[in-house]
Amino acid sequence: MKIKDHNELFLEQEYIEQFKRKKEFENPWPEEKVQEVAEWTKTWEYREKNFARRHIKINPAKACQPLGSVFCSSGFEGTMPFVQGAQGCVAYFRSHLSRHFKEPMAAISTSMTEDAAVFGGLNNMLEGLRNAYSLYNPKMISVCTTCMAEVIGDDLNAYIKQAKDKGLIPEDLPVPFAHTPSFVGSHITGYDNMMKGILSAVTAGKKGGPNGKINIIPGFDTYTGNYRELKRLLKIMDVDFTLLSDVSDVFDSPNTGEYKLYPGGTPLNDAADSVNAAATIALQKYSTVKTMSYIRSEWGPEALVLSPIGVRNTDMFFDEISRITGKPVPQEIEDERGRAVDAMIDSHPYVHGKRFALVGDPDLLLGLMSFIMEMGGVPVHIVCTNGDKKFQKEAEALLSESPFGQEGTVYPGRDMWHLRSLLFTEPVDLLIGNSYAKFLWRDTGTPLVRIGFPLFDRHHLHRYPIIGYQGVINMVNWIVNTVLDEMDRKSMNTTSFDVIR
Amino acid sequence: MSTAIKETQKMIEEVLEGYPEKTRKARARHLAANDPSGECSTCRVKSNVKSRPGVMTVRGCAYAGSKGVVWGPVKDQITVSHGPVGCGQYSWWARRNYYNGRTGIDTFGTMHITTDFQERDIVYGGDKALEAALNELRELMPLARGIGILSECPVGLIGDDIEAVAKKVSAEFGYPIVPVRCEGFRGVSQSLGHHIANDTIRDHVLGRGSMEKSTPYDVALIGDYNIGGDAWASRKMLEEMGLRVIAQWTGDASVNELGIAQKSKLNLIHCYRSMNYICRHMEEKYGIPWVEFNFFGPTKIYQSLRKIASYFDDTIKENAEKMIEKYKPLMDAVIEKYRPRLQDKKVMLYVGGLRPRHTIGAYEDLGMEVVASGYEFGHDDDYRRTYPEMKEGAVIMDDATLYELEEFTRRLRPDMVGSGIKEKYSYHKMGVPFRQMHSWDYSGPYHGFDGFPVFARDMDMTVNSPTWNLIRRKR
Repeated sequence: MKIKDHNELFLEQEYIEQFKRKKEFENPWPEEKVQEVAEWTKTWEYREKNFARRHIKINPAKACQPLGSVFCSSGFEGTMPFVQGAQGCVAYFRSHLSRHFKEPMAAISTSMTEDAAVFGGLNNMLEGLRNAYSLYNPKMISVCTTCMAEVIGDDLNAYIKQAKDKGLIPEDLPVPFAHTPSFVGSHITGYDNMMKGILSAVTAGKKGGPNGKINIIPGFDTYTGNYRELKRLLKIMDVDFTLLSDVSDVFDSPNTGEYKLYPGGTPLNDAADSVNAAATIALQKYSTVKTMSYIRSEWGPEALVLSPIGVRNTDMFFDEISRITGKPVPQEIEDERGRAVDAMIDSHPYVHGKRFALVGDPDLLLGLMSFIMEMGGVPVHIVCTNGDKKFQKEAEALLSESPFGQEGTVYPGRDMWHLRSLLFTEPVDLLIGNSYAKFLWRDTGTPLVRIGFPLFDRHHLHRYPIIGYQGVINMVNWIVNTVLDEMDRKSMNTTSFDVIR
Repeated sequence: MSTAIKETQKMIEEVLEGYPEKTRKARARHLAANDPSGECSTCRVKSNVKSRPGVMTVRGCAYAGSKGVVWGPVKDQITVSHGPVGCGQYSWWARRNYYNGRTGIDTFGTMHITTDFQERDIVYGGDKALEAALNELRELMPLARGIGILSECPVGLIGDDIEAVAKKVSAEFGYPIVPVRCEGFRGVSQSLGHHIANDTIRDHVLGRGSMEKSTPYDVALIGDYNIGGDAWASRKMLEEMGLRVIAQWTGDASVNELGIAQKSKLNLIHCYRSMNYICRHMEEKYGIPWVEFNFFGPTKIYQSLRKIASYFDDTIKENAEKMIEKYKPLMDAVIEKYRPRLQDKKVMLYVGGLRPRHTIGAYEDLGMEVVASGYEFGHDDDYRRTYPEMKEGAVIMDDATLYELEEFTRRLRPDMVGSGIKEKYSYHKMGVPFRQMHSWDYSGPYHGFDGFPVFARDMDMTVNSPTWNLIRRKR
């Protein structure tokens, strides 16, 4: 029995005719008019109009603060992310993260409604903390806010104190909090605020003698493969470290036939002791601005940002780890480097001179640009919806350092509809972005390499690291084979349809 | 009271013991053992009330109901998520409301368009920026047939007057600009968002479309959001019956179709929860009767075809019979293939809209039994329609929490669970076969004669995937 689902069913003649009949009621524009406008959107004239807009975002590549906050909270042991505000937000965060990771994502809402809008959300917070604690037995409840709670001005600190004073939750239950208005910044800001909130809460009064460890803060990094890779590499280097917000087991837990609400995360004791580390290294800059500034001013020891994406960035990462810990970079890692460079050299003819468009979060873009230029690729359009002026400056400086960066333009605050105009007016060979960039692939025909967040329409990509030398190999693999697939598609009816490349 | 009911009640009480007292009392009213006869007074659940804070409700918000469900699928209107960036981001092309058209040119369904509120909008108000935004959209998308302004939480809290902006701009643009006050804090769930969306269709679009001629067979298909092409599969059947579907709400809908449904002779409503309001309005104002139907699974399809036909002349009635005769062998073949693989399997459902009751018949056609069912945002009228569909002692859940779903699963041991994305992966971890019954798990259609084979195939692959057997290693 041949069963046709939507993929084939609606190509059948009966349906094609149905769609034609339906048009009678749709008041459609004449096909020529649609065609004319479609062509017009590909022009420079349209691009200028498009770039003149100031008040509307069309297909932006950013999410809101509390998404980053709940993600950050999830990576701590036994921690329940808890969101003060309207309940739909939490439903959305959970759905969004589950769609990316294909994993369960628990988070609590205080389900604020109209009465809370009038009287404030205190009662919601009190009942919410009590219920969440009784039902889900967390070791820590990590509180952030939706825009509703922010607009009405809920005082998290006072509310949490009341909950403890009333004995609704134990006095010693850690309940860090962060104000995370969604009308400020983006998901990376929320990650930053929550990380700062958690670290300042769990390390309070814990300052003691140095523990000889280093802290690693991955930032808003949605590659579980990166976390595992980092742990593997630091283990090889024999470095004692604490990953601050370790989501790897939370968003990539083994199937054992049992659902665990808290399948992993940074042990709370380690998090508390992080204040005594020899150094703190953030792997992203723009998602850790406030956190790192807090650590620099409050914790004392070294705090630096190192993004191990690409060969030279990874070199620098290991050099710095080696400098801080006094441990040499082992041969095993040097061999990995050699293999990554070998892969790049083998594949370089298919990437050299290729023009790229990139869209994503600021730190990811900096890493990708650096890597692409190392391979001889040319970043042309760099679109960063949640990038600011500082990011723009840093990205432009990076481009200016390389002969391959001379054609690049950085577009902070722009979205994927701007990118559409860029791709039509100044075409490129490859596009790197998240799953929503597939609309650009469809409209402009630019081959798409999926790197970023969210990745909804391809499975398991987030399990493969993009950091370290292994990450280099993975990115070479995705990029060069996308180029080769495209070459096959284009040459299938020509003599260039080569088997050996 | 029967033993089955008593046993289920006992189980519910055990589950409730996990709650603090106040919440236990509140939640007790939302869980019941089913009594199809309606005689047992304690067997009815309370519904459509606020979720308790902190319990991990599955529910969404009014914005999700208005933007995600009702207005979002309207294809040639630009749907603006008015407020901060998140709401539109998370609901971006998540419901798979298929449509035909050139996206970004004459249709806008798979786009995420937002005013992206910043702090200054909160402090100074967002009305001016909204007006500017609408003008920019008109420049860039000249073929739009309307714009919807879907308010997010802050808009209602800071006292913006989006209605005034909409009115002013609509007069300039010459097409409907629809202000939808669906801030997420309004109401208790998605449900109020549906109602608000219905009201705005009534106030801003209904009755303003154009249709040249009428026939005695004109119907409107209401409350079908064309998930995975559902509405197309349904429309195909209605047309084969000899009916003329003049409006499809709102899956693959055009603004014009929203404007002409009042010309239909009969409104056919699939998702009662989300669009009964507008049907009642059209009944009161235009005298159009409406009828609920169910196109999931052959048993309900046959009944529904006959029910719909009963409103028309003999030609239509005969056509309905002819269709049943024509498709029955196909449906029987599907059942013959899949029923032996699914016989007696127990299903637990926790969904929204129409599915907790409408899909029961389709499962039963495959020999499966729905042992528990519940609604995220149902009302009493939904539950009254559900009790007779389910067996005595089945579990009825309203606004269930993660905790309850997990506990009921442990006790009922269903062979599969149908619920949403937030539930999906915890069931995968539990080793319980699971199907997303909001999005059809990216499959579909499930409606109609074309949909049932897909439904059967999908339930089979869910229950009988060999992957489930790998979880526990055989030693």
